[in-house]
Amino acid sequence: MIQFNEEAMRQYQAILKRYPEKRPALIPVLILAQKEFGWISQEVAEYVGSLMGYPASDVLSVATFYTMLRKKPVGKYHMEICRNVSCWLMGTYPCVDEIKRRLGVEAEEITEDGKFSWNLTECLGSCGTAPAMQVGDRYYENLTPESVGEIIEKLAND
Amino acid sequence: MIKTLLMNIDEPDQVEIGRVRERGGYAALEKALRMEPAALIEEVKASGLRGRGGAGFPTGMKWSFVPKNSDKPTYLLCNADESEPGTFKDRKLMECDPHLLIEGMAIACYALDCHLSYIYLRGEFEFIAHTLQKALDEAYEAGILGPSVCGRDYALDIYLHLGQGAYICGEETSLIESLEGNRGYPRIKPPFPATHGFLASPTVVNNVETLCALPWIIANGSAAYAAMGTEKSKGTKLFSVSGHVAKPGVYEVEMGYPLMDFINNESGGVPNGRKLKAVIPGGSSVPVLRAEECEGVLLDYESLLKAGSMLGSGGMIVFDETVRMPEALSVIADFYAHESCGQCTPCREGTGWAAKILRNLIAGKGKRPDIDLLLKIADMMEGKTICPLADADVMPIRSFITKFRSEFEELCSN
Repeated sequence: MIQFNEEAMRQYQAILKRYPEKRPALIPVLILAQKEFGWISQEVAEYVGSLMGYPASDVLSVATFYTMLRKKPVGKYHMEICRNVSCWLMGTYPCVDEIKRRLGVEAEEITEDGKFSWNLTECLGSCGTAPAMQVGDRYYENLTPESVGEIIEKLAND
Repeated sequence: MIKTLLMNIDEPDQVEIGRVRERGGYAALEKALRMEPAALIEEVKASGLRGRGGAGFPTGMKWSFVPKNSDKPTYLLCNADESEPGTFKDRKLMECDPHLLIEGMAIACYALDCHLSYIYLRGEFEFIAHTLQKALDEAYEAGILGPSVCGRDYALDIYLHLGQGAYICGEETSLIESLEGNRGYPRIKPPFPATHGFLASPTVVNNVETLCALPWIIANGSAAYAAMGTEKSKGTKLFSVSGHVAKPGVYEVEMGYPLMDFINNESGGVPNGRKLKAVIPGGSSVPVLRAEECEGVLLDYESLLKAGSMLGSGGMIVFDETVRMPEALSVIADFYAHESCGQCTPCREGTGWAAKILRNLIAGKGKRPDIDLLLKIADMMEGKTICPLADADVMPIRSFITKFRSEFEELCSN
């Protein structure tokens, strides 16, 4: 059975202290759980539910509303490239073609080595530095097919 | 021109509180703490400041709806869920001047007798969360936040709360639902958040830019702020400009500044010797303007409304002559279909079908009646839902089709 390690448990307690009631802590706890376990599986929902006193169905009903809480595993580097107006105008799709060519996988598929996956995403608030993509907690902006290739090479060697 | 928001943007070390205090940061908060909360609310009312998230509701009036002597705590929630396509102004403020936001929030909290406040930051902005958290930690260490704000008998805690990827959570009742740990379904109003908001308590939700305007207003007085802008649109406003301009970015101008001057001067004009085709002035939810409609238009709430569009969030998207408008509309329609929360049938079905019909048109599989069907879907969505997301899809659908109809017709087989 999965469970938070000591450090994650300490963070869980710190999250609870930030709210006057327990329920508002649910999404922050799900973010923590995703950091620990990679995605929100049935097992993770059951664990978070048992920890906080909610049925797993309740936890999953919340988690499934939010695109950043993942319903399936992703690669170590999950590249999310913006498809909205300004990024589209400035050339999202040539970059997407380069990602597909380099990785050889379609959206939401994971490369064989488990290192990469990608998807289109909605506006990242990076319209002035378009096109842009997010990988983990980092933004890459003013992308070109060349720079996307360099980013993939750099991450592949990480 | 006077800056009330980006005045420190070129200063180094904006996140380092020693430097921030040296250049007068938190002086407006100290001044506010010497005033009566009621007088502060009157001051903000007199300034004419209106909500900068998109709706433009007068900030002081919103505050005055919070009941006095409630037996429940009052909450201030900072709406930092900036996700309107074309908008990246709040991001600039938070990245470059996080202490300005904290100061503005502390002023608002004191005025509202609020002791616990949250910044609801969109989850994608996790890299900004690091900057904001560092600034918050410094503010606590300096005694600006915590049990005794600036040494006064007033306690205030501000915490960061990350969203997880849902455009709808920028709508204030959806934001509250999300902060409460639920699916972000907008609530029917009334009751309004001012009386029944976060945890059924009195709540004010203010946008980042709105809160960041407060330190200048308090430091310089409401009359100085109201002296800028137009009769009904006071002060200065941030515009984030993107698309086909030479210098995309965030610029602060006085309300009433000419739109074409903004495009040609601040934004550097349309590059590559191409002609301007259209402008979406306030985020993808507002009606598009043809190039010729932009002439003479001023950047303020009333002027843009008169021109048939809206100021919205100030997220300006510029199209040059190469843009195929049906494709642009399809990109926008896909967004609203993806972001509809699904609670109201007209929106869930309408945004979905509009997006499908447009994709079909782009693929060359559409017929002429599809164009009028899109307009009919727009009519069936408008004003029939709990929140304005459906209306936000209606505005681009209707304006793109009526203003660029021949481009849609060219895609149809008959």
